[in-house]
Amino acid sequence: MSGGVDSSVVAGLMHEAGHEVIGVTLQLYDHGAATGRKGACCAGQDIHDARNVADRLGIAHYVIDAETAFRSAVIGDFADAYAAGRTPVPCVRCNQHLKFGDLLGLARDLGAAALATGHYVRREEGTHGAELHRAVDARRDQSWFLFATTRDQLEFSRFPLGTMPDKDAVRAAAARMHLPVAEKPDSQDICFVPSGTYADIVAKLRPDAAAPGEIVTEDGAVLDHHQGIARYTVGQAKRLGAASGHVVTRIDAARRRIVVGPRGAGGREVRIAEPNWLIDPPAAPFRASVKLRAGEAPHPAEIDIARNLVTLDTPALAAPGQACVVYQDSRVLGGGFIL
Amino acid sequence: MTPPSPGADPGLYLDANATEPLRPAARAAVLAALDLVGNPASVHAEGRAARKLLESARATLAARLGARPENVVFCAGATEANAMAIHGLAAGGGIVIGATEHDAVRAAAPDAVIAPVDEAGRLDHAAFAACLAAHRPTLACVMAANNETGVLNDIAAIAALCAASGTMLHVDAVQAAGRVPNPDYLAQGASSVAVSAHKLGGPKGVGALLLAADAASRLVPLVRGGGQEQGRRGGTHNLPGIAGFAAALDAAHATPRPDPRLAALRDAIEAGARDCGAIIAGAGAPRLANTTCLVLPGLAAETQVIALDLEGIRISAGAACSSGKVARSHVLAAMGLGDLASSAIRVSLPWNAPADAPARFLAAYRRLAARALRKSAHVSTSAA
Repeated sequence: MSGGVDSSVVAGLMHEAGHEVIGVTLQLYDHGAATGRKGACCAGQDIHDARNVADRLGIAHYVIDAETAFRSAVIGDFADAYAAGRTPVPCVRCNQHLKFGDLLGLARDLGAAALATGHYVRREEGTHGAELHRAVDARRDQSWFLFATTRDQLEFSRFPLGTMPDKDAVRAAAARMHLPVAEKPDSQDICFVPSGTYADIVAKLRPDAAAPGEIVTEDGAVLDHHQGIARYTVGQAKRLGAASGHVVTRIDAARRRIVVGPRGAGGREVRIAEPNWLIDPPAAPFRASVKLRAGEAPHPAEIDIARNLVTLDTPALAAPGQACVVYQDSRVLGGGFIL
Repeated sequence: MTPPSPGADPGLYLDANATEPLRPAARAAVLAALDLVGNPASVHAEGRAARKLLESARATLAARLGARPENVVFCAGATEANAMAIHGLAAGGGIVIGATEHDAVRAAAPDAVIAPVDEAGRLDHAAFAACLAAHRPTLACVMAANNETGVLNDIAAIAALCAASGTMLHVDAVQAAGRVPNPDYLAQGASSVAVSAHKLGGPKGVGALLLAADAASRLVPLVRGGGQEQGRRGGTHNLPGIAGFAAALDAAHATPRPDPRLAALRDAIEAGARDCGAIIAGAGAPRLANTTCLVLPGLAAETQVIALDLEGIRISAGAACSSGKVARSHVLAAMGLGDLASSAIRVSLPWNAPADAPARFLAAYRRLAARALRKSAHVSTSAA
């Protein structure tokens, strides 16, 4: 229970359905430190909101200190990835290590039958166990962010919001249950970056990622200079100064260089690391579609699980560190992090 | 629609060091005082009646805790009493505090020199004396009994060290008052003592600072206002709270201290917990009779607290932040427990703990311990 409307509604729906519900809020970071307000409570408003919802429902509620795990598994990884020239997806790391790692472990330790979260995905009971599918509400779909959930974790998880038609329906459910967060605005993109200045956080943890360097073409011509590789992502066309009109094709972290190419540049082969498959991996390559970014249309591709290789039908720019998630229609088959 | 009230299940309450259940005599005194209309500061008859009750409560605290009535300063609780002593007595001078002090002291003296404790959790006297010699502080703060382990400090001996170096000693006696045989810390040489009503069976939101003569004359008030408490602490008195405080203290002193009944229950819990593989933190030191700190290696404290709560057993771990987050215990870290500090829970028996408390607690605790064992077996299997 993050204190937002989504997980609050999940708690309410599970309670309404007659389950014994235990609310858990992960305290992920020191809110006072993150917002720079000296003396602010370590928890912030969200934890109080979660607690108020639990009180309203009459369910038990606990706050778990996950600061250390979040700092190393999510924030540390976030900064390290940028410093290495990659573009991290902190939400995937958080889902992987905290929500479906430590939190799910706690739920099992407590003898719970399932972990229900406010993610917008569907879990379908398939012939070979639980399947992960896109949410009904395509705009809210979070399946891309959950590709690293293991089959075992998926078996134990429930996603009641996956079948909601839209956010209005979720807010209406919150209002119907008199949850005090029904009108609460949606949360920001990266929870631990209060004002969208992620580069400042990276610079604090990894100053090398904020050091200036050159913007060059593939053959080494210097077009301009930049103020830190952490501000760039492969595929980016903004903030290129005199190289405007180009697109970032590669980030050379060792030499602190942003390498640019003509718009439309890209390749067909995408190699992945840390793969997670939600199917029994077929021995032979197979056809599917992949999403290389959270909010893009799927690319038709051939998947070779044995070689951790995805071959796109048409070239595209894949940003290292982002996820390459493999879909068959609405179903997530698995994926990996782009190398 | 009326929301269901959480915590309706009464459960087995074993978290007295967080707050003691209200004693019946304290409840009666609070209710009676609620009907007294007068402000103790008013000159008329109603005011005088209120003032009489206030001064009677003050006399009770003074007599029970070894202070002069005029040097008992009522306030809103021990956090305020500690802050009043630290800000009002140190007055910008240096401060030394023990490593296991409560956050009420630590936060009021953020720049204090920290004096270490030994493995059993007692202040290390030699190291403390060295701190006094090296820093020549104006004030030292040492707790009489620790909230997490129940470990008792030898206040008389510590006061002697302070006297020898010309340092005033403030004693946080929140957990000791009402529970130890000799809570006369001013007589033992302390300059000031903080006490709290709800930790001895009184209502929440009332405390007092007891001052020795030297401290009384130099205390700089934190809250001035209308001149109450001889100008040492302004604000209309919480008369029902103060009346309940005195009644609770009387009731606490009407039972033997330490309470052998609670000690026997505590010992039974410890024996059973040891059989499950638990380690008792601070077992090597003299402790409060009602408190035990159980370390169950391999199972996070927060998991233990939640699992026990779901079984109706109310205990705690570390010091809860206002968010309810269970923070890592600085007390157990200071005792050198290392990683084990994150697997410790505190069981603190209230004055009215039922006779079957050990049996009920241990039944749930054994299930926890079995789970911890299964977990560690699983970990070693997957590691192999």
